[in-house]
Amino acid sequence: MSPSHRSHTLDNGLKVLVREEHTAPLASVWCWYKVGSRDERPGLTGVSHWVEHMNFKGTTNIPRDQVKGIIEQFGGAWNGYTWIDQTTYLETATRDALDRMLFIESERMARCLYHPDDCESERTVIISELHGGENDPDQLLDQELTATAFKAHPYRHPTIGWLSDLQSMTREDLYGYYRSHYVPNNATLVIVGDVEPDDVFRKVEAHFGGVAAGPQPVRKTTIEPEQTGERRLTIRKEGTTAYLKVAYHAPAVADAGFVPALVLDAVLTSAKGVNLWSSFRVAPPQRKARLYRTLVERGLASSVSGQLVPTAQPFLYTVSATATDGTPLSAVEEALLGELDRVRREGITPAELDRARAQLQARLVFDNDSVTNIAHQLGYFETIASVDVFTELPSRIDAVTLDQVAGTARELLLDSNRTIGAFVPLPVASA
Amino acid sequence: MPPAPQEGSGLTPVRSTLDNGVVVLAKETRKTPAVALNLAVRAGSICDPPDAPGASYLLARVIDRGTARRSADALAEEIDGRGISLTINVTRHLFSVVCTCLAKDFEDILALLGDVLMAPTVPEHELATRKGEVVSAIKQDDDSPAVRATEGLMALLYGEQHPYGRRTKGSVEIVEGLTRERLLALHAARFAPSELSAVIVGDVDAGRALDAADRVFGGWRAARPAPVPLPPVARSAARRRHVIPMMNKAQTEIAYGFTTIARTDPAYYAYWLMNVALGQYALGGRLGDSIRERQGMAYHVSSALDANVLEGPLVIRAGVSSANVERAISSIDDELTRLRIDGLFDKELREMKQYLVGSMPRALEANAGIANFLQAMEFFGLGLDYDRRLPGILGAVTLDEVHEAAKEALDPARATIVVAGPYTEDTGI
Repeated sequence: MSPSHRSHTLDNGLKVLVREEHTAPLASVWCWYKVGSRDERPGLTGVSHWVEHMNFKGTTNIPRDQVKGIIEQFGGAWNGYTWIDQTTYLETATRDALDRMLFIESERMARCLYHPDDCESERTVIISELHGGENDPDQLLDQELTATAFKAHPYRHPTIGWLSDLQSMTREDLYGYYRSHYVPNNATLVIVGDVEPDDVFRKVEAHFGGVAAGPQPVRKTTIEPEQTGERRLTIRKEGTTAYLKVAYHAPAVADAGFVPALVLDAVLTSAKGVNLWSSFRVAPPQRKARLYRTLVERGLASSVSGQLVPTAQPFLYTVSATATDGTPLSAVEEALLGELDRVRREGITPAELDRARAQLQARLVFDNDSVTNIAHQLGYFETIASVDVFTELPSRIDAVTLDQVAGTARELLLDSNRTIGAFVPLPVASA
Repeated sequence: MPPAPQEGSGLTPVRSTLDNGVVVLAKETRKTPAVALNLAVRAGSICDPPDAPGASYLLARVIDRGTARRSADALAEEIDGRGISLTINVTRHLFSVVCTCLAKDFEDILALLGDVLMAPTVPEHELATRKGEVVSAIKQDDDSPAVRATEGLMALLYGEQHPYGRRTKGSVEIVEGLTRERLLALHAARFAPSELSAVIVGDVDAGRALDAADRVFGGWRAARPAPVPLPPVARSAARRRHVIPMMNKAQTEIAYGFTTIARTDPAYYAYWLMNVALGQYALGGRLGDSIRERQGMAYHVSSALDANVLEGPLVIRAGVSSANVERAISSIDDELTRLRIDGLFDKELREMKQYLVGSMPRALEANAGIANFLQAMEFFGLGLDYDRRLPGILGAVTLDEVHEAAKEALDPARATIVVAGPYTEDTGI
């Protein structure tokens, strides 16, 4: 599907992936760290994400007041995000900014400041981010559902963190976490764009070669015990709309069952693609999807969606539905579970398999339409598994069989493997 | 300064007008084996009948659910089987059908989109289902402080009956009362070849794109609709403030704004640069520096300028805890006052120009971005060489012009402010 990339590892352990894309005079640089909310212990939930925020607040050689504009003066944009397995930072700008982008990332890796005043100021910004999320009942339900579906694995706590931890964490907690995880031997640097690989490798060596390796962070993760029975939660809160979510423990990206599960989801709710950065910005093609026809076309739900995101360890396959006004959630649930039970018993049809494959292959093309998106995919997969898992996806999708999808449906969609979450709106009291 | 985008030739799209008035803009790229289609009809929500705001939005939800030639099921099969999803949007002035397809599917998909735009049948059962979805969406909006604050601001700035002040989705009562006949009449009245611009960008040469567009749209006949009369925009003479208590929510949303200028106003570029400095550059411009970075009050704060056919709004948005509402509003007042009194610094204006010019290659990298740009260029009559002229236009804007824009637009004494969330005017919490 894609032209090959070149790879090189510096002496300090930093892995570098470079791909030439000469379609626009741009370059995109992403620096990925193998640290996310699954690495957090109780009392420090949210620390990975807070550290990400702190890493935009100046370094030894980029004074705080010179952060603003450092990439914008090249017409560029920069950002970052944290999720369960990873933290990442990106810059995309004109190609002549490559040196500047690499400089920023090398500074971020080793020399961020963590001024106590900035730590305090950011505490309230992050609490504001948390409260903003809670304004959305769907997001609130998703958070509670995940916390219920996992009882041992740290995927259970939200990446934003729990409020009490955000209120009590100290500057030393943040800085200590930063120092132990932001080392070159825990990172992957990806450069995609109108660049020449040998020139890139030289520049990377110049900027990162002097950053010392650190002790390799150990990712201790409790394995989630097999779920032994259905779990349920119901949030009753003032609101206007009822939401239902059903989550199943699902395969990790490198597991044999992942691609069959992608196909299964495509049949049930439509193919979304696998780009966390871009796939979910466009509504998926879902009019032939089974759950869309069962729930939306029959007027039970105003929307239905499925989510199976590539993760390092087994996470969740979640189906979400928004009930139409006046439809009881029990009717939505009955229809939804009935359809899932049917696919578990009967599998999918050859025509559905063909359509799912075509959709997934098309999405892989659509989701790689910019240097930023391509660089994201290389770094994302390298961080959660291996870049090969990404480059092999098209052939894995082509090779999926009806039996594999049926087998995955039988294993995945068991009553005992699911958690059902409901948001039941209570009448809104006037102020 | 970084290189101007597409140095030399620029985008140079091919523009052709079919005999019936349809405008086709085609731009070949070789980025991915895909094509972005952006078909826009000048039939946005301003065309809603005065007694039925939301009609265009509902039409957008049902227009692709059955045509004279294709049943809803046949449409679903053709679209889904190719991995395509249609995005059908209604803005104040445009009704757009947008999608990206594989290059090999281009002709078939363009024909399908043409069918959808020219010959919808609005089947009764489809309409009933889509109404249910729209009613749910309206109820979700009613529960969203961000939507309530923004829509409340627009209603105050323009008046609830003005096409710019109405809710695009309409109300539950109106949506439930809309009939198939009403939607078909709206379509018949407003959808015509003279109103369509079809933008095609991607792995298809311009000749093939124009031929395909001619085959699909060349035979379309419908009379040019009369222009929709737009009431003039009245500027607020005083500061106004409205609170929407939503005590079940965790965070309060502030929408703070003004009416500004039309897109065709020569001062537009000064306003654009002013707005970038105020609430966009880096992490929310000057507002972000103050409210997020220095005071740690908000995760999101920014401003947006939407100069349009009429005088569009400039809207500042922030999400803060209820305890910080007054402090945030006061900080916005302070930043506006500072900008009005002092204008921008010379260095700052240079940085804004450099940023906007330098960001063009990013905006014009992917096919969908180019298609958006060309559609806006066509709608506002900016000329086929607009992308090449833009760096020069921005470069010529002076500090005085930006200062004038700030003095004209950003007077806190004339601001309209809507606050929605767990906050009441009485208690201040």
